[in-house]
Amino acid sequence: MNTSVQTEKATTPTPANPSQGLASGAEILIRSLEAEGVEIIFGHPGGAIIGIYDEMHRLNPSFEHVLVRHEQGGTHAAEGYAKATGKVGTVLVTSGPGATNCVTGIADAYMDSIPMVVFTGQVPTHLIGNDAFQECDTIGVTRSITKHSFLVRDVKDLAETVKKAYYIARTGRPGPVVVDLPKDILAARAPFHYPSSVRIRGYNPVGRGNTEQVQKAATMMAEAERPLFYVGGGTIISDGAERLTALAQKTGIPVTTTLHGLGSFPENDPLSVGMLGMHGTWYANMAVQNTDLLIAVGARFDDRVTGKIEAWAPHARIIHIDIDPACISKNVPVDCPILGDVSKVLEQLEPLVQPGDYSAWRSQIDAWKKECPMDFERDGKLRPQEIIQALREKTGGQAVVVTDVGQNQMWGAQFYSYVHPRSHITSGGLGTMGFSLPAAMGAAFGLRGMDRDVISINGDGGVMMNIQELGVAAAHKLPLKVVILNNNYLGMVRQWQELFHEERYSHTNLEPTNPDFVRLAEACGCVGLRCDSPEDIASTLEAAWEVTDRPVVMEFSVVNEEKVFPMVPAGAATDNMITAQFNPEACA
Amino acid sequence: MSNDTTSNNTTAVMPELTPQQLFRKQAAGEAIHPDAEDSIHRHVLTVLIENTIGALNRVSNLFSQRGFNLESVAVGEGLKPEQARLTLVTTGNDRIIAQVLKQLNALIDTIEVEDLTEEDHVERELCLVKVRCTSEERGVLLAMVDVFRASVVNITPDSLTFEVTGPTAKVNAFIGVMKDYDVREVARSGRVAMRRRLAFEH
Repeated sequence: MNTSVQTEKATTPTPANPSQGLASGAEILIRSLEAEGVEIIFGHPGGAIIGIYDEMHRLNPSFEHVLVRHEQGGTHAAEGYAKATGKVGTVLVTSGPGATNCVTGIADAYMDSIPMVVFTGQVPTHLIGNDAFQECDTIGVTRSITKHSFLVRDVKDLAETVKKAYYIARTGRPGPVVVDLPKDILAARAPFHYPSSVRIRGYNPVGRGNTEQVQKAATMMAEAERPLFYVGGGTIISDGAERLTALAQKTGIPVTTTLHGLGSFPENDPLSVGMLGMHGTWYANMAVQNTDLLIAVGARFDDRVTGKIEAWAPHARIIHIDIDPACISKNVPVDCPILGDVSKVLEQLEPLVQPGDYSAWRSQIDAWKKECPMDFERDGKLRPQEIIQALREKTGGQAVVVTDVGQNQMWGAQFYSYVHPRSHITSGGLGTMGFSLPAAMGAAFGLRGMDRDVISINGDGGVMMNIQELGVAAAHKLPLKVVILNNNYLGMVRQWQELFHEERYSHTNLEPTNPDFVRLAEACGCVGLRCDSPEDIASTLEAAWEVTDRPVVMEFSVVNEEKVFPMVPAGAATDNMITAQFNPEACA
Repeated sequence: MSNDTTSNNTTAVMPELTPQQLFRKQAAGEAIHPDAEDSIHRHVLTVLIENTIGALNRVSNLFSQRGFNLESVAVGEGLKPEQARLTLVTTGNDRIIAQVLKQLNALIDTIEVEDLTEEDHVERELCLVKVRCTSEERGVLLAMVDVFRASVVNITPDSLTFEVTGPTAKVNAFIGVMKDYDVREVARSGRVAMRRRLAFEH
């Protein structure tokens, strides 16, 4: 393993025995994945990569291959695996449609900074550009949704390219990397050597923050009267959640998190003000609008967080800790940028800060919490919020909750009360319906043997978009708990139609096309359960948790017209919330 | 449900900005008065990239992907054959220019990005202009060559082709003068730029 690339270039194949010491590109790929420590890959075979599958059959590699039923499901499974474990997810698909089916998952991973390497087959090099069968310019199609991409043109570069791909995907601000593999490269032969390290001239991820900037931040924190932590997913990615929690508790500064930041700070801590933004808590948004110092930690000032950006956090000086230079001052110019790995910067900051007296500020926040708490109507009807709370109770907050997109996502974010990093997984940036089921499956693969429940929360709309993976989860005996909050609508669109489009429910009613989810589950080898009233929630969960050898699908027939509150209308200021409890104008 | 979109009446000439809002607008180079325009600047950037397949594509793609303006691009091999050097001209307010620089730097193939706008630098553009002319006009046209220090690169019985090199303003001026005649083709290289001194000299 220590021989350099130069020495192996000197090893020329002898014509007499061409296979001596040489491996096919397909074998080199497999050996490289093994050397990289890959545990599991999600894939689907096809013509351009049949050679890889043949070698996999022959070599019996150290990693597991999961045959997914749709490439998009494979990418989301890899994302779920990556989010739950912190490791890089791996996908293997064929050329053309195999690659294009991955586009949504790649874009999703790009938006949410998920480390993922996608190996795509490609037509033989001499056919590229000829509109060959199952040809697609994968590199071109994925250019703007990847952190980087490679087209391998020489089998001798393959191993090093794999090393680079994983290095780029994992380091800095993580993201998806595509490696396009022409069929002839997989058949060509070369010596196998997996480099122990790679250096890329134009790529040098940052580590510790600039000392002066960190000192400046500490001074700003000491000067502030109403400071607030605004914590995003970058904190969890850099494994900085514990440091963040310690820092907040040492200083006594309250914490709001983004959707991806859920779990970075325990929501049952008195310092927590919950999630901010469009469907965040009213009190978190009020805190943001009144704070004089916002300490943004691994967050990116997304429009769902800021609402009308000119009106956002009008009194706050801003400290922004982030690993991605392009994220700093992208949407909101900040007063004190600190470029660095969140965890390392928090470590630098910790000894420089002191406990502050924020009692007035804290009691103001507590008053806001009492004024407009997170709540819902309890009138004997089956409401989704109650189901999420029951799941929280059942699991003691120890489960990994993977939500889909839409209303279920927001209720899942609002009512579970997250206390652990990596316990909440969702498609935040791209908002991909159909994400939850395959992502939960990927998370469950990553957490096998760790005694952690994995719950997939879905609506009846999104779950159908990747329902095919149910059979895969069943085949692998994954004890997934799949919750379907069935309101027979595309609920979030319906909510907007009710609130902003004068109740014109254009094409959001799913009742005519919804399947019988219980029978569907059973047809896929899962257990199907149905629940129609609040009294049955506990017994349904009880029955579901009895099952340990296959997925359980729980269909909850919830109130159709239930809406997610509070809500900042799109483009409005964040203190301009519609809440279920009262008219916001009365107290804003 | 209340219709509460008008919480803040901002019909006044000066909107009520907090000091922090004012700071952010100024930092971004955005207009402070509601009627004023953002201050947009033209920036000349040089970018050194790995001279690999797709690297140039990534740079140009970045501009369309992020909605940045791209006025001109000139590309060619740099000092080392494995590196390509680009000169880009882009426009935007301060926030956007900062984003352009950061996003260019974020590309894995990018080795170095420099903003020459505020630096002492040389800019040149090459332009070919083909003019249809009669034999009477030819003499007048040829006289202009000296004024612009242009050169004639081709003559046919019915046309003249000029080459002019210089800062963009000069190229524009030359084309402007030629427009009095029957200009048939214009080809411009886009700007190339270089700092006047060595990097360590300033």
